[in-house]
Amino acid sequence: MAVKLPIYMDNAATTRTDPRVVEAMLPYFTEKFGNSASRNHKFGWEAEDAVDLAREQAAALIGASPKEIVWTSGSTESNNLAIKGAARMYARSPEGTKGRGHIIAAAHEHKAVLDPCKRLQNEGFDVTFLQPPADGVITRAMVAEAMREDTILVSIMWANNEIGTINEVPEIGALCHERGVIFHTDATQWVGKMPTDVEKDHIDLLSWSGHKMYGPKGVGALYVRRRNPRVRLEAIQDGGGHERGMRSGTLNVTGIVGFGKACEIALHEMDSERERLLNLRRKFERELSSRLEVTQVNGHADRRMPHILNISFGYVEGESLLMGIKDIACSSGSACTSASLEPSYVLKSLGVGDELAHSSLRLSLGRWSTEEEVDYAVEGIVKAVNHLRTMSPLWDLYKEGIDVSKIEWQTH
Amino acid sequence: MAYSDKVIDHYQHPRNVGSFGTSKEVATRKDVGVGIVGAPECGDVMQLQIKVNDAGVIEDAKFKCFGCGSAIASSSLATEWIKGKSVDEALAIKNTQIVEELSLPPVKIHCSVLAEDSIRSAIADYKKKNGIAAATTQEASAH
Ligand SMILES: Cc1ncc(COP(=O)(O)O)c(C=O)c1O
Repeated sequence: MAVKLPIYMDNAATTRTDPRVVEAMLPYFTEKFGNSASRNHKFGWEAEDAVDLAREQAAALIGASPKEIVWTSGSTESNNLAIKGAARMYARSPEGTKGRGHIIAAAHEHKAVLDPCKRLQNEGFDVTFLQPPADGVITRAMVAEAMREDTILVSIMWANNEIGTINEVPEIGALCHERGVIFHTDATQWVGKMPTDVEKDHIDLLSWSGHKMYGPKGVGALYVRRRNPRVRLEAIQDGGGHERGMRSGTLNVTGIVGFGKACEIALHEMDSERERLLNLRRKFERELSSRLEVTQVNGHADRRMPHILNISFGYVEGESLLMGIKDIACSSGSACTSASLEPSYVLKSLGVGDELAHSSLRLSLGRWSTEEEVDYAVEGIVKAVNHLRTMSPLWDLYKEGIDVSKIEWQTH
Repeated sequence: MAYSDKVIDHYQHPRNVGSFGTSKEVATRKDVGVGIVGAPECGDVMQLQIKVNDAGVIEDAKFKCFGCGSAIASSSLATEWIKGKSVDEALAIKNTQIVEELSLPPVKIHCSVLAEDSIRSAIADYKKKNGIAAATTQEASAH
């Protein structure tokens, strides 16, 4: 089978919307276009029914009750609402004072968790950012050690978006429940791919997003536990009192319909999809590591999502590598590919040296990835890495047996 | 990021890639000047080697580069430009000329600066090996 170019291998950034999802959404643009809050005509009732169905589909995917789902615009908003909303609600002292409570998060969370936490620091909360170990996995023991008498909230992502590592979320949830601390998890890369049960996994607040699981962009959900314990949040966006006052604003009915459909498909297909993607990723990893010297798969060897591969190629710079594989859409931890000109803070937090961080690629597979595409990508990457190594002065030094990290570079 | 056609051409067909020997070998060769600038943790390292004849003319030049496409293109272009020039003529090359030739965007200007630095650094090495008083060439790289 011929491979269609360019190949999409950036499914951790966003996914193609499943055509079945688009199909489900279409009537809600032009025919059933009502406002789900309109209580006195058919258009409104149709929209409300659709939103209710989506709520059931979303709840079913994570083992929640439909009443525990709050619609948002995506994981960024869900994280903001969960973290700021819970911290401000459970603060131990009023605004303008210090010592309002202690929060624990991981240093390699997505910016949509880190930045709300930093804002809370400015508002008088104490935040501990747990430094991940070299394998990237945050354990229950690490959280237990950081817990204090005044800890009010723990926010630990389920799976990391850059390296795919899986934290000990059910164990951390159990710990939080033993200690009476609210537990939030950013499950954007997890839900829809792995089985999730907010009861067994002891989760109070869970964020996820449509566009990472073959649904539309700009729609997300926040699970908010209603009993044992009942979690309350201070709203961020005020207005018409939608979503039980937690998130005002006319609902994005079409997006929500798509989100629900995407959840329903994921629930039915995730088991076979997971197996298939895991086999593809393993092959990808095996081929690249065996055909190229000095490669390093970043993150824990096994505790990793089936669809994400983050790999560094020593002595080759990431942006130039991307240039050499133009028909493979993926991303790099290289500084040159980010606005900040800093290499990936996630890789740095794992203790991956700057130079290997500059040399990293993140390849993420999805529902339509094929073995032929993986084979094609392996050929392309091997060729590009070898081409760049013939040009790399660092490669020469390495081949001469000189330790590049011991050289005193003339930094600028 | 969109690259100019010239950057892509240098990336795909780099001119004068290579060296005149291992780092140990060239360290003792008086006719070869070596400049290595940048640092791996910053994401770019350029190595420029020049072979200078008795008349002080750069007969041949070779580069190696660890860096983005613009860095590779800048060093490749630098080797093209300095070949056949006298050492002093080569010193007159400015990074702004490289920026213009390759249509580098503002975020990539540092690549051209590095290329200019590598020329100065290779010439300084050549002069040092041959006991020629180096003008303040090395310091010029402070930025
Ligand atoms: C782990 C994680 N959290 C949060 C987000 C933000 O999600 P959204 O684009 O839905 O706001 C992303 C996606 O970039 C992510 O991967």
